[in-house]
Amino acid sequence: MLGELGQLALCFALALSLVMAISGLLGAGADQPNALVARRIASASTLGMMVFVVLAFGTLVTAFVTSDFSIADVANNSHTLKPLIYKITGVWGNHEGSMLLWVLVLSLYAGAVAGLQRGERLTSAALGVQGLLAAAFLLFILFTSNPFLRLDPAPFEGAGLNPLLQDPGLAFHPPMLYAGYVGLSASFSYAAAALMVGEDGWARAARPFMLVAWIALTGGIALGSWWAYYELGWGGFWFWDPVENASLMPWLIATALLHSALATEKSGAFRTWTLLLAIGGFSLSLIGTFLVRSGVLSSVHAFASDPTRGFFIMMLILCAIGGALALFAWRAPTLKGGASFDTVSRESALLLNNVFLVGSCAAVFVGTLYPLALDALSHGQQKISVGPPYYALTFAPIFFALLLLVPFGPELGWRRGNLKASARALAPAIGLAAVAVVAVLAIASPRSLTGTLAFAVAGWLIGAAILDFRKRKGARASAFAAALAHAGLGVTLMGVAGTSLWRSEALDVVGPGETMHVGPYTLRFDGVTQVQGPNFQATQAQLALMEKGRVVTLLRPEKRVYPAEGQETADTAIRTTGLRDLYLALGDDRGNGRWTIRAYVSPLAPFIWLGALVMAMGGALSLWGRLRVRLPTPEPAVQPAE
Amino acid sequence: MKRLIFLLLLLAAPAFAAPAPDSFSDPAMETRARALQRQLRCLVCQGESIDESGATLAADLRHLVRQQIAAGKSDTEIKAFLVARYGDFILMQPPLQADTFILWLAPFVILLGAGGVAFWVIRRARPAADEEPL
Repeated sequence: MLGELGQLALCFALALSLVMAISGLLGAGADQPNALVARRIASASTLGMMVFVVLAFGTLVTAFVTSDFSIADVANNSHTLKPLIYKITGVWGNHEGSMLLWVLVLSLYAGAVAGLQRGERLTSAALGVQGLLAAAFLLFILFTSNPFLRLDPAPFEGAGLNPLLQDPGLAFHPPMLYAGYVGLSASFSYAAAALMVGEDGWARAARPFMLVAWIALTGGIALGSWWAYYELGWGGFWFWDPVENASLMPWLIATALLHSALATEKSGAFRTWTLLLAIGGFSLSLIGTFLVRSGVLSSVHAFASDPTRGFFIMMLILCAIGGALALFAWRAPTLKGGASFDTVSRESALLLNNVFLVGSCAAVFVGTLYPLALDALSHGQQKISVGPPYYALTFAPIFFALLLLVPFGPELGWRRGNLKASARALAPAIGLAAVAVVAVLAIASPRSLTGTLAFAVAGWLIGAAILDFRKRKGARASAFAAALAHAGLGVTLMGVAGTSLWRSEALDVVGPGETMHVGPYTLRFDGVTQVQGPNFQATQAQLALMEKGRVVTLLRPEKRVYPAEGQETADTAIRTTGLRDLYLALGDDRGNGRWTIRAYVSPLAPFIWLGALVMAMGGALSLWGRLRVRLPTPEPAVQPAE
Repeated sequence: MKRLIFLLLLLAAPAFAAPAPDSFSDPAMETRARALQRQLRCLVCQGESIDESGATLAADLRHLVRQQIAAGKSDTEIKAFLVARYGDFILMQPPLQADTFILWLAPFVILLGAGGVAFWVIRRARPAADEEPL
């Protein structure tokens, strides 16, 4: 019953998305009566499509919660003994369900676009494009990744969910990330719509969606890296893994887009460039989805052996990106030329920001895709690894240069800035940078040039943000958005530098009662006990953190075995002071009650995610300002004349 | 068959296990070994170096690296030995050679290209009225 209901809902959603596409595009015509009717149909079918996708998704959630193993997707990815929360999050812990989540987010964004519609040509065209995207992804789901396929006979028990995914951090990481990925579809649709209609107002109309997408991407990436930090057990927070890179690329371009669109909106500069970024940002989201979903990453050859899904997404991407770029090439030259501004101006600063963001994104893009291309082109003869050292030599210097320039942006005036006056105004920030350098040289050992530079730049960023705050005292809350986001960047930079350059590590084999030392800490090993979890069996070690012979606190790193899935995971124990983390992971049994313990002291590790949170708050502040301005002034012409 | 073995190794890889702490008593040599281990990829894992991986193969490779260091080989010699055995795939930092020129140069070429476009845009956008002589 559930399976059929979900299937039916998906089919209705597909039909409505096609109606949406056609009527939306027809409604993009001039304000003729027919076009006005088409716009209303587009709006109504968007809301209808959204309702059916929500229904389909709700059906799948119900099937997971009630463990309906007659549905193959549930049987393959769930288990009756799983805690309720992981039954729900298991919905998107697999390919089929995650694609349905993708479409759900797309439909919610489309619904929001329709909700903000005022019968304009631009919004109608944007809905048309969203309809095309929704139809393509619904076809993909129905034909290659249907989550409602039946199993007959239904098994008595499900196969369970990858234990790595049974974790709060990873449970909410995909929805957050998708809210970002797919949120860029709204900017994409508005950009395509602006090219069709030839209208300027799109940057303003799309801005709330850009902000939501950017906030969600920031949060999603931070959540993913936090999960990797505490769950994978070796204290790292970013591995330059292709899956991580797939989320970083859209973030870099979305950041560029936010800045460029600001100039477009404020002074009409960079019109065509902003359109291109909006297209590029969502294209990278699609490419990321392709990388993660087609299996091409685990092996180019695994992809080739079951290419249905991969080819479908690849064709979808080629159509979406190719279509948008063709539209761009055709229509962009007809748009009005850019505004005029001085060489020294905020516009120029925003343009430089874009140059460095695009450059750093290029490093991630090439680093992620080149090895795949080389492998494919050489028929598996030449495999290379592109690891952290590559990004340290390409991405890092480009991004570092960007950070150096950040404080000038908000300081320079629109159209015409004064470099000397700005530099003078920023002098106290240089002072803070100097203080940071002195502090690092005094406290940190060993000394590190990179680390000192990183702290200098962090001080520079945060100092400039404080100056920006002071300058705007008494202004609307949203005026502080940029300062907050830039300060967050400085905070994250400190965390990254502290953790990567001054981490101390100990790897000892200890027996009960023995002690080990890591950084300034002394730990006494108290042995291991077996703990029974709801659907796992844990081996839990207990270590006492000692200070002057006294026990300060107890830490309990675990190793868990999930019998249903036959897998093992590590559960680290982390004690944070806010300024540094003590991080413990349990290793192997060495016999006679002796165990390997891996311990790290990571200075400033919490700053990495604190900074991301501050950045996201900056975005939220800007969004809040937008919505507050928009809501109290409803435009009179909501209903077109009949 | 080869693929099957690879998949099996892949399945075995995520099992978490700290490596055996076979370490040099000489801190300089230990630092060198650790640094070298971070530059070598665990061949059966997803993007981990042999320094951080818990896979058996990584432990074997660590052992191999330490043997070679103890035998007085230089870092370059050890890397060359491993590349001859396992291919460029083992190096976390891809070597600069004919088939990686694009990989290494593309980010900077794109950066320069973008910079060139920006330079052109900024020049063109300069208001005509108060144009100053250069």
